[in-house]
Amino acid sequence: MNPEELLYAETHEWVHITEEGGAKTATVGISAFAVEQLTDLVYMELPEVGKQVAAGGEFGEVESVKAVSPLYSPVGGEIIAVNSDLADKLETLGEDPYEVGWIIKLRVTDDSSLAKLLDHPAYQKQCAEEG
Amino acid sequence: MDVALAKTPLYEWHVERNARVVDFAGWAMPVQYGSIVEEHRATRIAAGLLDISHMGRLRFDGSDAEAFLDRLLTRRVVGLAPSLVRYSLMTNEKGGILDDVLVYHMRSAGGESFYLLVVNASNREKIVSWIDAQRRDDEEIGFRDETREAAMLAVQGPNALATVEEALGLSIEPMKYYTAAVSEIGGQSAIVSRTGYTGEDGCELIVPADTAVSIANRLLSAGESCGLQPVGLGARDTLRLEAGMPLYGHELSEAINPYEAGLGFAVQLKDRAFVGSAALANQKTNEDLRERVGLQLDGKRVPRENYPVVLRDEIVGTVTSGTFSPTLERPIAMAYLRRDVAAVGTEVAVDIRGRPEPARVVKLPFYSRPAN
Repeated sequence: MNPEELLYAETHEWVHITEEGGAKTATVGISAFAVEQLTDLVYMELPEVGKQVAAGGEFGEVESVKAVSPLYSPVGGEIIAVNSDLADKLETLGEDPYEVGWIIKLRVTDDSSLAKLLDHPAYQKQCAEEG
Repeated sequence: MDVALAKTPLYEWHVERNARVVDFAGWAMPVQYGSIVEEHRATRIAAGLLDISHMGRLRFDGSDAEAFLDRLLTRRVVGLAPSLVRYSLMTNEKGGILDDVLVYHMRSAGGESFYLLVVNASNREKIVSWIDAQRRDDEEIGFRDETREAAMLAVQGPNALATVEEALGLSIEPMKYYTAAVSEIGGQSAIVSRTGYTGEDGCELIVPADTAVSIANRLLSAGESCGLQPVGLGARDTLRLEAGMPLYGHELSEAINPYEAGLGFAVQLKDRAFVGSAALANQKTNEDLRERVGLQLDGKRVPRENYPVVLRDEIVGTVTSGTFSPTLERPIAMAYLRRDVAAVGTEVAVDIRGRPEPARVVKLPFYSRPAN
């Protein structure tokens, strides 16, 4: 996935939406900037397939040596896939957060939040301010 | 970054090394240069170089300095031989801990006695005020806060002493643990002590502010071949936690007395009086006290400060510090537990954001360095 074509939440999750036959699917992960800021990841708590999550709702958490950070879903929907390989290979998030390091896929039921998400340049700007 | 933050003489040095700088007790301090785990491991297996210039350094001299400090500290200062360093506490009238400190008895190059108190950065202003309030007009005491005039560096780890000797031409190996000496580095007066806060062997150097960068560079280039790395406060915290060492503001506060904290060894009540000694004499045998313990968890979720410790649906304590231990590769924490459930081996749980995670009371420290 090309990071320049993704949308980002202020809380550093990225989302990629695909549409097929009127049904929208979202793939969600966290940005390279987030992974770099967290450093020393030790654990990721992932949800179960079938769970409903609201736009902006918490779907998991990522734990680093220093702190724990909740993961928020940029859109609302039903979780249809979870990248269960991540738990034992958190280094994947550092190596390839936009492809191999995806976290969940959702069947989108509420994408009204999309308008509030940041495009790549706007997200870059936010990162520059935070970093 | 807040412009009002104090900067150590090594601030630019940290920035040049891409440190992530945070506000720690009003100081702009490096929390990490890269990975906390790597910095932690470098200190355990090779050596770490830490800027601890934010620690408060208070100097006392004059004929009444010894008696004055003896009156303020839980540990006897009268009779402390020159060159010795002691861990001690400063308590209020109620026996609550104002700070945990190191007291050094030193002899200057001219042979005059002076004392150095190294206090926590977060408590420095409070302690300076406390000292001013406790001084009596008829006491002959010279007192100076020298924090801003000097830098303080810690070199810790199995290769620390050899690195310092090679880089700075000092002889430290013969120094005993918890001793200090006035020395010379590059023609300037410095204080070298065989002390630290990581659970490793090593030393701490107090050097004039304007020499700090050149000394840090010499240490770094001498230590490079043996794996020495600059280490930030993030790893300093995981190192001290593994070593079971309390940190003020977490395990220690004015609401905690030394016995609860497991620091009874630093309280000497016999044949002396100090601020708080009467209260502490009563608390020593109090059965209602909490107890500072170590907790080890088998899962991956990490207990953090203020999380409740539960046993059979009842809250029996509180976590004061927690992390993922890089050495043990599992979550560890320090907590205060009700004394009746604080025995080593007791199975409890930590309420981690609403979900109880099994935890076991274990002996502190979590980590002891291998015997030489």
